Amino acid sequence: MAKRPAYSNLCKKIQEGKFVITGELEPKKILDLSEILHGAEEMKKTGKIVAANVTDGPQGDAYMSSLVPSYLVQEKVGLEAVWQVTVRDRNRVALFGDVTAGAVLGLKNILVLTGDHTALGDHNRARAVYDIDSTQFCEMLSIMIDQGTDYEGNEIVGGKIEMNYGCVANPNSNPREPEVLKVGRKVEQGVDFIQTQTAFDVDDAKDFLKELEQFNVPVLLGIFPLKSHGIAWYFDNYIPGVSVPKDLLKALKKAEKDNKGDKKGKYAALDKINIEFFEPFIKEIKKSTKAAGIHCMAVEYERLFGPLLKDF
Amino acid sequence: MIITELKDINEIYEQIKPYSKILIAGCDGCCQPPRSLNEAKVLGQLLELKARTEGKKLIWKAITVLRQCDDRIAATTCRPFAEEYEAILSLACGLGVVMMNKVIDNILTFPAQNSHFGGVQNSSENFYIEYCEACGDCIIGETGGVCPRAGCAKHLSNGPCGGMVDGMCEVGGYTKPCAWVDIWKRLKKFNRLDLFKKYRGPRDFRLSTSPGYKDIYKEYTNEEEKKEEKV
Ligand code: SF4
Ligand code: SF4
Repeated sequence: MAKRPAYSNLCKKIQEGKFVITGELEPKKILDLSEILHGAEEMKKTGKIVAANVTDGPQGDAYMSSLVPSYLVQEKVGLEAVWQVTVRDRNRVALFGDVTAGAVLGLKNILVLTGDHTALGDHNRARAVYDIDSTQFCEMLSIMIDQGTDYEGNEIVGGKIEMNYGCVANPNSNPREPEVLKVGRKVEQGVDFIQTQTAFDVDDAKDFLKELEQFNVPVLLGIFPLKSHGIAWYFDNYIPGVSVPKDLLKALKKAEKDNKGDKKGKYAALDKINIEFFEPFIKEIKKSTKAAGIHCMAVEYERLFGPLLKDF
Repeated sequence: MIITELKDINEIYEQIKPYSKILIAGCDGCCQPPRSLNEAKVLGQLLELKARTEGKKLIWKAITVLRQCDDRIAATTCRPFAEEYEAILSLACGLGVVMMNKVIDNILTFPAQNSHFGGVQNSSENFYIEYCEACGDCIIGETGGVCPRAGCAKHLSNGPCGGMVDGMCEVGGYTKPCAWVDIWKRLKKFNRLDLFKKYRGPRDFRLSTSPGYKDIYKEYTNEEEKKEEKV
């Protein structure tokens, strides 16, 4: 397949060979988007973030749909969105409906996900949809964007969908081979970029990136800065397949204890730990891999972006 | 075999509560665990006790049917009783209950069971597992004999989903193997990763069973069968 043009800033920057950074915003069970928009503004201010992912019901929970927040982040803040769309809740008819609506709203990036199963979420009695899987959704998007038709070949009238889309890869997969082969199937469908789940082990991340090189698609490696010891602990214990380095956990705990009652001091200490861990991590990835950039999932931790990314 | 489970006794009782004379019909067909004459009798005794605690008298009779899902068998076995009883309580799977309602249409038949899926008898497993969901378009020739439609919690045609940990599925607390890891292992073993890498297009849900808009023609039509019987 001929390479699709870069329609989004994200893909343009990648094509220019820039080492790009994306952030992440998570609309939850809310109606007020001021915090999301504030987070997006903070990211924009750093001048380092090309685009922000907007999540679609992570952990299978019932949250606000990602469509409108993605639009508002672009419209009100001027930061490009990476609109996350899972195949968990919508069949191919609804996905077509949403994608065309997103196109009209000027969204430029979609991140295709399978989505955490509803059985894990707060409406676990719900029927999970999974009419098409994420690889098939990739095929459907390629058809919509490149051929201007729906999945069945019926023409979409009145314009062209100018979007790029990406898929996910999980460096924590064990076994890893089926995960890599699956990414290969998605790449065949025409994905423009890959964003990965969280990595903490730099050597392991490098191995994974090396394996993905065969696909010749830009990869943004996922990192997850740890805003508090509580979050780190939760992540370590409850997010399966991911373990936070023990030293990091210990340091965060100590920082919180040493600065009890002193919010400013605590923030400074936590930020320092994160910067000391992730700055060399990002440098190493930038220096010794072909990664196109970093996907930094510092959700509600936007104050870290400025100091963490000052050298990138 | 059809894997079934007895409903809660209170739920069963609520269904038959308006009636004082019921026929309880076991099924000797493919229900698993077996729900035959003995099970029908035990259920009758339980319901009678339950009625008594409410100060009511329940008259019941237990019988069993070779296969409740066969109209002729169901009719010949049960019709003789249908005049005498006010309702039937069926211990068959859902198919049996539907067929009994069709062939004995002067009284209602109620289900005593929840029907789950078509299962297998595998002595090395402690559970009945849904290995096939009768999707109408079998693809396990491409997946090493492991079904991703029945076996993968997300019914993926191009898995795994990325949620598995150490080969276990994200649904069910990482206690069940990820079907797609099993598929990968099988195909690797037989040196057929070419099949694993293959992209599979979207599923045609018109071929699926529910809702039931699918008719499969019998190889013999009823008319042909009747003609043969006459000869
Ligand atoms: S693909 Fe799976 S569900 Fe469909 S017929 Fe084959 S075994 Fe059954
Ligand atoms: S972990 Fe495996 S079996 Fe479970 S939903 Fe994902 S791909 Fe399917």
